[in-house]
Amino acid sequence: MGTSRMFGPRRVEKSVIQRFASLNWGIVLATILIATVGFAMLFSVADGQWDPWASRHMMRFGIALLLMLAIAVVDIRYWMALAYPAWFAGITLLFAVEFIGDTGMGGQRWLDIGFMRLQPSELMKIAVVMAIARYYHGRTQLQSRSLKSLLVPGLLLMIPFALVYRQPDLGTAIMIIAGGAATLFLAGVPAWMFVTAAVGVVPLAFAIWPFLNTYQQNRVLTFFNPESDPLGAGYQITQSKIALGSGGMTGKGFLEGTQSHLNFLPEMKTDFIFTVLVEEFGLMGATIVLGLYGIVLSYGLLIGIGCRNQFGRLLASGLAIALFLYVMINVGMVMGLLPVVGVPLPLISWGGSSMLTWMIAYGLILSVSVHRHVTIAPRGSGIV
Amino acid sequence: MAREGLRYQTYSRRALLLAGLQGIVLGALGLRLYYLSIVNGEKYRLRADKNRISIRLIAPERGEIYDRNGEKLATNTQDLRALLVPEQADQLEPTLAKVQQIIDLNDRRLSRIRRRISRQRKFVPVTLAQGLDWETFSRLNVEIPQLPGVMTDAGLSRLYPGGESIAHLVGYMASPDEEDVYKSPLYQLPGFKIGKQGLERRYEALLRGASGTRRVEVNAVGREIRELPPREESIRGNDLHLTLDMPLQQYVMQELGEEAAGVVVMDIASGDILAMASSPGYDPNEFTNGISNANWQALLKDPRTPLLNKSVSGQYPPGSTIKMVVALAALEQGLITPDTTYYCNGKHRLGDHTFHCWQNRGHGKLNMLEAIAKSCDVYFYEIAEKLDIDLIADMASRFGLGTTFDMGVDGEKEGLLPTREWKRIFQQQSWQLGETLNVAIGQGAMLATPLQLAVMTARLASGQQTTPRIVADIDRDESFFAPLDVNPFHLETVQRTMEMVMEEGGTAHDYARRKSATKQAGKTGTAQVRRISLAERQAEGGVLDNDELPWASRDHALFVGYAPVEAPKVAVSVVVQHGGGGSSVAAPLARRIMDKALETYPAEGEVQA
Repeated sequence: MGTSRMFGPRRVEKSVIQRFASLNWGIVLATILIATVGFAMLFSVADGQWDPWASRHMMRFGIALLLMLAIAVVDIRYWMALAYPAWFAGITLLFAVEFIGDTGMGGQRWLDIGFMRLQPSELMKIAVVMAIARYYHGRTQLQSRSLKSLLVPGLLLMIPFALVYRQPDLGTAIMIIAGGAATLFLAGVPAWMFVTAAVGVVPLAFAIWPFLNTYQQNRVLTFFNPESDPLGAGYQITQSKIALGSGGMTGKGFLEGTQSHLNFLPEMKTDFIFTVLVEEFGLMGATIVLGLYGIVLSYGLLIGIGCRNQFGRLLASGLAIALFLYVMINVGMVMGLLPVVGVPLPLISWGGSSMLTWMIAYGLILSVSVHRHVTIAPRGSGIV
Repeated sequence: MAREGLRYQTYSRRALLLAGLQGIVLGALGLRLYYLSIVNGEKYRLRADKNRISIRLIAPERGEIYDRNGEKLATNTQDLRALLVPEQADQLEPTLAKVQQIIDLNDRRLSRIRRRISRQRKFVPVTLAQGLDWETFSRLNVEIPQLPGVMTDAGLSRLYPGGESIAHLVGYMASPDEEDVYKSPLYQLPGFKIGKQGLERRYEALLRGASGTRRVEVNAVGREIRELPPREESIRGNDLHLTLDMPLQQYVMQELGEEAAGVVVMDIASGDILAMASSPGYDPNEFTNGISNANWQALLKDPRTPLLNKSVSGQYPPGSTIKMVVALAALEQGLITPDTTYYCNGKHRLGDHTFHCWQNRGHGKLNMLEAIAKSCDVYFYEIAEKLDIDLIADMASRFGLGTTFDMGVDGEKEGLLPTREWKRIFQQQSWQLGETLNVAIGQGAMLATPLQLAVMTARLASGQQTTPRIVADIDRDESFFAPLDVNPFHLETVQRTMEMVMEEGGTAHDYARRKSATKQAGKTGTAQVRRISLAERQAEGGVLDNDELPWASRDHALFVGYAPVEAPKVAVSVVVQHGGGGSSVAAPLARRIMDKALETYPAEGEVQA
């Protein structure tokens, strides 16, 4: 112990170059690979053109990659100190969207910040996990199990949920809840509470049904019976399934997808890009891409397990779960397993916000990895 | 550290649990994909193909119609059209306004275009104008960059080089009726036309050919992206060859001028129709691009019925042209011999009714030959008193009256051969002798078409059951017609009387005496419009008591004839509706037509198949 106290800081406090050296380059490589799939698919969606999407997607990814690496080498204690401020900043942005946001895709979601249109609800997913991780970092096992200590995390979770739901963006709102709930679960909140909540969701679903917008109701109804309205809301799912199924084992070939290139598919560059991928590269292509996501996300969980501080553990695995939800909901949606809720496939779908979310989140996960040996006092980081 | 350990334990247990769940979820997604793409892959591949592949028809090129010399009566010509693809037009109305500066589109046309645009899917081209001339077409092509959505296109459309002169025979083409559009997928092709009248309608199946198919890849809105092999080419329709002689036909039409008339010229040996004219005509080309309402109404309302093919559909009392047939019936019955004489004082009494001869002062004493040559009515009243009406009808039917020949020409009418049975059935009355007297001079209920009169004349000339045809493609044994069931001596006698008609003292002598290259035989007829032809009945309703139209109450002028007398080659019938006298109006026409026909066919003619 004494040695540790004497030499610990020196061993833990690495230089920036040392931190770079200890980066998990496997994750960086897999991320680049996934993004490359994205470039290819956006190239295909534009009928073999770099413009308007693929080239800009590459540019954005380049910037986001630098951002990710920068975040990764910043001391984890800074991030811990920023957890609550980030949450408040996110809430402020959500309020800003409420009043001055741009309307798009059926709801107020975008905030024009000059060089890009920011979707604060995306960033909020990270902020919620950060804040909850920060909160439980200072709680003991016993405290974590008490009902009373759920009050603050409950607010951390429900306020952004309510704001995002109001936009209305049900998909993102659910993902905020789910990501936050996963973090709570990892923090040691008793399992029975989740069971109770899960059971409670059913009456809650019926309770909020009348308050859902018609388009949201339709999406859910269509999900349960997509063939009922083949040219209406169910058309998207039906066409998507045709595209997925017709790809077969190896697909129709790059740029050869008929469902996509003849415009039978909806929202190809965003929600349904996975469908385009499977149509052109088949089950094999899909397996490789899902495998890449699996590897990256498993790394996230493993980094959590290998971390010596509770904040880092909760942050890394909470974020990994939150990002997994993206993939699960998007892929489940295009296969007709989940309602069409408008969730992009991160790094592959066109759109800056989801990419930014992913890259910031992995920046943080990598930071946890780099600083896995750092111990942090229960009350705080000692930096701020 | 103990507490930290506890917390870590819970954490890592739960993290592994969630990792496991993630694995299960990813596995489930993979399984679902396996189910879609491998288990049901074939089904979805078919559905993807069904989505993208559309079978489109290729319109066949229509067969052409030729006359006996290979002259084109109906052909296909390049049709220069202007089309508009609504989805490519940024703004519809400004584009239409700009197009209007180049092509004159009337309001009716414009509203039709707008209706089409609103009904069809936006990528389907709408025809703005067709039948454009080169100048307009070129101007349009120059302006096209300023006209988003406008395209030019050269398709095929029907052209009738003969125009009016063969309209009744060949007919015309027009778009299918709206209620018929679903009868054939071809009908839904833009600009597809079908035969609406005449041979074009009758031989639609033969002329049309078979549509081809091509497989095209379409996108989600149905726009064509590219063609996929294999392509099944359309099969051109069969050509139709007619026995008609176009120069003769045109000559006849020109001779008829403004008269309302029907003329048939036949080759006696083969029965080939050389000319079949109906005047006035109409331009069938007008129908191809859609006739204007004003022109259509004018055609419908014209009292000279330009839309009616008078040569086969016009039914007229044959007048004195029937007299050879009546004389033959009497000769065959042994009621008279050629030398039997009767005295004509201008009238004939039957009961309390007086029947007049056309020659008021009477012909005096004459035999059968003189009676026909001078067309004495009284002579035939005398015969008719002894001759049963059914015997006249029987003889007339042997000469082709009261029947149709099914030549493939639209609207061939039967005419009418009154008999006792006909009277009983259709008028619920018994036959009166007075009616026989009327029929014997070709008046009364009896009706015949110019075609039937021509056939009658050909049979009188040949003694064979000459049967007409106009479509040369129809196979038949043309070298032989069965002989008529008539005593050849009696027939020769009647032939002789027809020569006498043209000679000194004959009714046609004065008008036909100009020296013809060949000797002709014939018979005049002048039919009173006491009983008007069925076809004309509607057109003339109430006209008789209207003095403004004296034309409609004038007599029909008829003439039947054949030439040359020595070796009959052509038979002709001329009916000029309300033309006046048969000898003054119809006979000279017939003479000139026969002369012209014999110019072309002087010797034994070969029939072109």
